Amino acid sequence: MPRYFTDEHEWIDIEGETATVGITDYAQEQLGDIVFVELPEVGAALDKGGDAAVVESVKAASDVYAPITGEVTEGNAALEDEPALVNSSPEEDGWFFRMTIGDKDELEGLMNEAAYKEFVAGL
Amino acid sequence: MSDEATFEDPPLAQLPLDAWHRAKGARMVPFAGYEMPIQYTGEHGGIVAEHEWTRSSASLFDVSHMGQLALKDADGDPGSAARALEKLLPGLITSLKPGKMRYSLLLTEAGGVIDDLMVTNTGPHLALVVNGAVKWDDIGHLREHLPDEITLTHFDDFALLALQGPKAGDVLEGLIPGTGELTFMTAGLFEWQGAHLWVSRAGYTGEDGFEIAVHESKVAALADALVADERVRPAGLGARDSLRLEAGLPLYGHDLDENIDPVSADLTFALSKKRREAGGYFGHKAVAARLADAEAGTLAQRRVGLALEGRMPAREGAEVYAGDTKVGTVTSGGFSPTLGHPIAMAYVDTAHAADGTQLEIAVRSKRLPATVSPMPFVPHRYFRGN
Repeated sequence: MPRYFTDEHEWIDIEGETATVGITDYAQEQLGDIVFVELPEVGAALDKGGDAAVVESVKAASDVYAPITGEVTEGNAALEDEPALVNSSPEEDGWFFRMTIGDKDELEGLMNEAAYKEFVAGL
Repeated sequence: MSDEATFEDPPLAQLPLDAWHRAKGARMVPFAGYEMPIQYTGEHGGIVAEHEWTRSSASLFDVSHMGQLALKDADGDPGSAARALEKLLPGLITSLKPGKMRYSLLLTEAGGVIDDLMVTNTGPHLALVVNGAVKWDDIGHLREHLPDEITLTHFDDFALLALQGPKAGDVLEGLIPGTGELTFMTAGLFEWQGAHLWVSRAGYTGEDGFEIAVHESKVAALADALVADERVRPAGLGARDSLRLEAGLPLYGHDLDENIDPVSADLTFALSKKRREAGGYFGHKAVAARLADAEAGTLAQRRVGLALEGRMPAREGAEVYAGDTKVGTVTSGGFSPTLGHPIAMAYVDTAHAADGTQLEIAVRSKRLPATVSPMPFVPHRYFRGN
């Protein structure tokens, strides 16, 4: 199951025809205590780079962008009661939503884990 | 992911405790022209943890960005400095006894708020603590309007620490005997390891606590001594903001500005009753008119508290609705760690400003139910004496 990363600090897991999206450990660390996550509706059409979700920390609201184009198939219901999952388990239990993969070619422009680590180290 | 925070232009000044904060794991952000700690990392760090520690024990905040000023008459008469200052603000300063302090507002001729500030009679002079983001404008305003024989000193080589929380009194009394006898809104001069400290029992969190002015050469030693007490941990600007929001205290530049008058801001307690009639200060005419409006029920808008349901916060700039009609705007908002739900301050049309009024706040595509609520949201716990 390959995992890709964006320069906006989202991660995306590819499993067959479905992708799972969340924010990285680096992102949650920067945001601090997360108090609310506004997820896209199931069925929403997302464009690569467009607004997908909003994450509210104590201090500010931040946009989360769609890493690829596709349609939302599921939101992580666990975040409704426990948004702090994004802090405690950002890259596993704290996933945001699942979506279809509209165009596999879009994955080409994303980073793998090694490239993302290097990217973060340079920030 | 993108942070919506906006940043001021560099270059940024460094606090006297800059290295101390970094060594403690602070995340530094630009604020009021300084690099300031917004929160600390590590086991006890994070805005919510720092917030909760302040409400349950004691936290150390660095507020050295604030302007520490002093006014003194050339012939040494503190009364004439007080009389001169009274022309610029609506509070009674001439009757302020040595060791007492008062919250007040610098006003424009039109009654707008230039800044909110603390004024203390230290005995030899009047001490002013003003907001960091506007301190240079304040200095210009004071210098322009105070007579030449009043000297204005800017103590820019002094740091300002705030020790806040229910255990602050015991902690400071242990370190600096005598400070425990101060009551809310009183102040005095103390000595600690050869350093002179000006200690005020006041703060911006709603908790008991102190603000301590100390020379920049001594501040690191004092900060070390304070956090050596296991009841004290450092806290950053993030917790300071969520604490003051729960305490219902306005933040200049957000909940107050030059277009807002003290009556609409619900700060009439800062308008001395004696001076409401006598006048003789900038903005008196406008303030008197707004007071008459408030009396007659014709005041346009008022600052109110709003309690939200659920978990989604409403931030500054969000519009407030009664049905389809826009009736106000949020000026500060966030999640309340103490209450477990979001809270906000907003300016709302007075027809919809009564406690208990049900309103809605537009956040992105949603309408969040909000109830007008008395402030403070979390009760103040100031120390007024045993």
